[in-house]
Amino acid sequence: MRSRLMWMLASVLVWASCPGQANAHLVNSGLGPFYDGITHLLVTPGDVLAVIALALLGGLGGKSFGRVVLFVLPGAWLAGALAGRMIAVSAGVPVVSAALLIVLGALVAADRRLPLAFMAVVALTCGLLNGWFNGAGLAAAGSSGLAAAGIACAVFVIVALLAGQAAALEKKWTRTGVRVIGSWIGAIGLLMLGWAAR
Amino acid sequence: MIHWFTFRARITTYRVTKGSVLRARNVSQDLYRDSPLTFLPLTLQTPLTTYYLPLSVLLAHIQGGEATGLLNGLRHPVSGLDHIVAMVAVGLWGAQLGPPAMWLLPVTFPMVMAFGGMVGLMGLALPGIEIGIAVSAIILGVMVGWEARPPVWLAAVIVGFFAIFHGHAHGAELPAGADAVLYSIGFVVATGCLHAAGIGIGLIHRWPVGKVMLRATGVAVALVGVCFLWQAVA
Repeated sequence: MRSRLMWMLASVLVWASCPGQANAHLVNSGLGPFYDGITHLLVTPGDVLAVIALALLGGLGGKSFGRVVLFVLPGAWLAGALAGRMIAVSAGVPVVSAALLIVLGALVAADRRLPLAFMAVVALTCGLLNGWFNGAGLAAAGSSGLAAAGIACAVFVIVALLAGQAAALEKKWTRTGVRVIGSWIGAIGLLMLGWAAR
Repeated sequence: MIHWFTFRARITTYRVTKGSVLRARNVSQDLYRDSPLTFLPLTLQTPLTTYYLPLSVLLAHIQGGEATGLLNGLRHPVSGLDHIVAMVAVGLWGAQLGPPAMWLLPVTFPMVMAFGGMVGLMGLALPGIEIGIAVSAIILGVMVGWEARPPVWLAAVIVGFFAIFHGHAHGAELPAGADAVLYSIGFVVATGCLHAAGIGIGLIHRWPVGKVMLRATGVAVALVGVCFLWQAVA
């Protein structure tokens, strides 16, 4: 009886914690600029995939590579977003995003030892480009610069979690699993390129 | 389903407010004998129901076709038997060959298939797609049935070659208006899961009886491919 009551109480709590129809869709009011930035990244699968691919790439390379991605990518993303607020994007965003995913996915799938400088350049390029696209979009939507900070923080957290996990992988099959994920990301990029050219 | 969940939530409210578990159970059993969760005890049905309730709210607010894109993408590779047998056969063959082919083939197939999908999306024609798909099932089935062990690169080339046909067919069929990224994610994940299923089944290869069963499965896949080839050329 007591466990049944506990279940009912848990059900009520779960139900009460579920946001209502209006609260789940704060399209007009938003969550505040910083949190809007965080959610913007999390609900943009193309950007999340790029972050995941870079985090896995850094993690597969080891701790030093992971640290490079951890600090270069969010910084570049923030710089790109701030630049994007001033310089609008005219066209080609889907193609560039897809090309980035193809390259990053292929690099993860290949799992080759890369120079550290190359890793930094890849993270810098990816961060600047994606940040630029984000910044231009946020400026067009009238969001403040805090949203860019929110995006950069979300990027930092995702990279920290995933790169740390990937760097800790020792068994061969776990690394192979990461490579399979990389191939999937590359495949998604190829399809996105096809959609862009459709 | 959505109606059931919504109504089910009312029962949950009823249970909580009245505090009568027995009465609620009777109501529930009377009204929901055919509900999809009846195989679970009531104590699990209630939290599951409250958890899934917001799904109906989310589905009511599809913006830009995202939900449709993801679900369609997940569904597309498993919507045709010709694709399913070929993709599972890739996993079977990989499991039969063992590492590194076990992982290399399922990595090769989605990437080359996506390339074929890209070509299909661009509208570039590829002759004999249906025949190519049917032949892929035959060849892959024969490879599994024969327990062929070519060099890994050759196995990857064979798998990659046929993946183009599958990818092109998918790409040319993609519905307009679906969300590109989410559709692609669903599409690739579903394909990968089919390969994983094939690898999982193929692990029976480690037992003597399993080896025979696996080869028999390969023959069955090849026969299914012959049927599809017959349909394609008839």
